[in-house]
Amino acid sequence: MNTISALFRRELKSYFATPVAYVFIVIFLVLMSTFTFYLGNFYERGQADLAPFFVFHPWLYLLLVPAIAMRLWAEERKTGSIELLMTLPITPWQAVLGKYLAAWAFTGVALLLTFPIWITVNYLGDPDNGAIVAAYIGSFLMAGGFLAIGACLSATTRNQVIAFVITVVVCFVFLASGFPMVLDFFTSWAPQTLVDGIASLSFLTHFENISKGVIDLRDLIYFGLLISAFLYANTIVLRWKQAE
Amino acid sequence: MLKIENLTKRYGSHTVVDDLSFCCAPGEVLGFLGPNGAGKSTTMKMVTGFVPPTVGRISICGHDIDQAPLEARRCIGYLPEGAPCYPEMTPRSFLEFVADIRHLTGTDRNTRLDSVIEALHLAPVLNQSIDTLSKGFKRRVGLAQAIIHDPEVLILDEPTDGLDPNQKHEVRELIRSMATNKMIVLSTHILEEVEAVCTRAIIIANGSILADDTPEQLARRSRYHNAVRLSVGANENLDQAQAALAQLVSIDGVEVDPSSRTITVLAGAQTRDGETWQEVFDLISRQNWDITSLQLETGQLDQVFREITGGSHA
Repeated sequence: MNTISALFRRELKSYFATPVAYVFIVIFLVLMSTFTFYLGNFYERGQADLAPFFVFHPWLYLLLVPAIAMRLWAEERKTGSIELLMTLPITPWQAVLGKYLAAWAFTGVALLLTFPIWITVNYLGDPDNGAIVAAYIGSFLMAGGFLAIGACLSATTRNQVIAFVITVVVCFVFLASGFPMVLDFFTSWAPQTLVDGIASLSFLTHFENISKGVIDLRDLIYFGLLISAFLYANTIVLRWKQAE
Repeated sequence: MLKIENLTKRYGSHTVVDDLSFCCAPGEVLGFLGPNGAGKSTTMKMVTGFVPPTVGRISICGHDIDQAPLEARRCIGYLPEGAPCYPEMTPRSFLEFVADIRHLTGTDRNTRLDSVIEALHLAPVLNQSIDTLSKGFKRRVGLAQAIIHDPEVLILDEPTDGLDPNQKHEVRELIRSMATNKMIVLSTHILEEVEAVCTRAIIIANGSILADDTPEQLARRSRYHNAVRLSVGANENLDQAQAALAQLVSIDGVEVDPSSRTITVLAGAQTRDGETWQEVFDLISRQNWDITSLQLETGQLDQVFREITGGSHA
């Protein structure tokens, strides 16, 4: 546990030791508000909720989370520090978890910094704050899912650009499988169970469930399993790359 | 005890390390020598558990690196090739991080931190980010993290690469001072370093051990071992001197460099130590030559190194 916390603290500090953290947070917040107020018609809708805010989260994460995840392992590989890290007395699991949790905590900080929008909606009306908290939790879990995919793919290369591009593509697949357009394509010929299966793989389906204010155990299990699976794959990729 | 048995690493059909076996006991400083690409770094990466071997066993203080990687790694301090670090960190935060991972706590942690910072003279740059440091400081930060937990085994891949002569000297002093109770394996291609710090040298090329001996014994393999080098004064006849020296019984040959008026008398393979020296000395006295310098050669390690590795790396 001490080991994971030492790794976690080192990682988290390294975000703030470089401009990465500040650039990310500023862009995240600017895009979030732009989308919410202009594209989401936050005021014009005349409803006191944060739906126009949360609806853009999956699409923003699609671009911004891979940017955070791409450096996790590719950078270590590039600078050679991975050799230092992996010859310290730590297990691959500890290394993967320490790094992942730090990145996740960082996205959590960025997400928490969107609180003025929550204050705004409470000032303007009387929203269902329980539903808003649920949506925040859902958004955080979804960011964790994107990150786990990105961390795993970052371990496959020493090139951060490649890590970024592959992660965006894979994350897009996970998002798009819940898209009505994609599902309609299957509904015409595939059995309903398959369509449901594809839909249930999607971030979008589970995030939308939670952001309606209902935290269902199934959605939690989905994100839990997805994150665990990709982190497990991350440890495999690390071992496999070291043997190369 | 560091024990390596039948270590082999293949990448596809290319064999980088080929059936390497050796042991290292406390108090030994083992120099790993070889041309670039000989498999030195790969061997070190396998010993520290970074790269899994294709075949072979590695045991560190009784812990198998494959079966008990954490226990084995706790006994090791490792400076990887090129001394990689986290560039955005400062030496202080980096060393504190390694100390935490190594589970150093309380006063022990502080004393160890202070002692490595002092040993490697890191105090002036402690709070500067590592990527702004000179190559010499980066290398010393890498060394500091390797010794912070006072490990039983030290694996150092080119520890003095990129250091200036004074820093090289200091690092060698540090290695020597730690050597009494540790096993130290260092790779280098600087032969004077082997003579300066190593108690034993292993020469490898193409992944196999070609020689395993003390630096003194290796130097004895040189054709210049026990050779006598003399410079003849300007008023002496160089050819006559050469002819007279060539008549000596214990010798293997005479080499002349007319420009510096230097004659090197090579000792025969079967002669005792000092025999050739005595013969040359007696001859000079008898002939009453004007000699400007006279010295006994112990052998040249670089020449031995070239001879041993030459066939495989022309």
